[in-house]
Amino acid sequence: MIWQLDIILLILVTACAIAAITVRDLLSSAILLGAYSFMMCLLWAEMGAVDVAFTEAAVGAGISTAFFIAAIHQTTRRTKD
Amino acid sequence: MINRFENIIIQTISRLLIPPIQLYALYVIAHGHYSPGGGFQGGCILGASFILMVIAYDIKETKRMISEKINTIFISLGVIIYSGIGAVCLILGADYLDYGILNKIFSVSPAKARALGTFGVEIGVGITVMAVMVSIFLNLVSGGEHEEAQE
Repeated sequence: MIWQLDIILLILVTACAIAAITVRDLLSSAILLGAYSFMMCLLWAEMGAVDVAFTEAAVGAGISTAFFIAAIHQTTRRTKD
Repeated sequence: MINRFENIIIQTISRLLIPPIQLYALYVIAHGHYSPGGGFQGGCILGASFILMVIAYDIKETKRMISEKINTIFISLGVIIYSGIGAVCLILGADYLDYGILNKIFSVSPAKARALGTFGVEIGVGITVMAVMVSIFLNLVSGGEHEEAQE
């Protein structure tokens, strides 16, 4: 484990997570959640859990982003609250 | 996504990309017991290739290749493969999913039989996960309408 890389990745994960819940546009939120998932995947791989990182990259960053975009396609892009 | 739109760049790139994605998914499933990966991840990647086909072309083109009826059969087929291997172990006198007993059928050593049993279970998991992912995406995109309702 390299602690400098750890800190950079943790900052990026936190920034993506906070941005995903504060942004008003639902499509941007879905893309930011995909970016969060990819940063989480890098963090898992850096911590040595390659299997979990693989699952996170396939499911979190790949499939669930497509599911979110397909669900947003059925509704409106803007949040009401 | 639902209605067809012609974009030659997207369609050509996805036509080039879909076969390597599916080959990579089969690699991940087949090497699940040696290296990182396995049935779930490989099935997700295999489902993602069909999702890319839906995005680049349209639903009708994808349903011509993998219709909803065949997709539902795939969902059940994976579960049958998984539980069938477990039941075969149970019939041969060992515990459920205890693959070592499979050497009575395949005439190999128990360690090799264990690897073969794990491989069969990974194939079942991969088929089910692929079909469920495609089914979820098709239902999300089409608003839950089945193909009988659209005609």
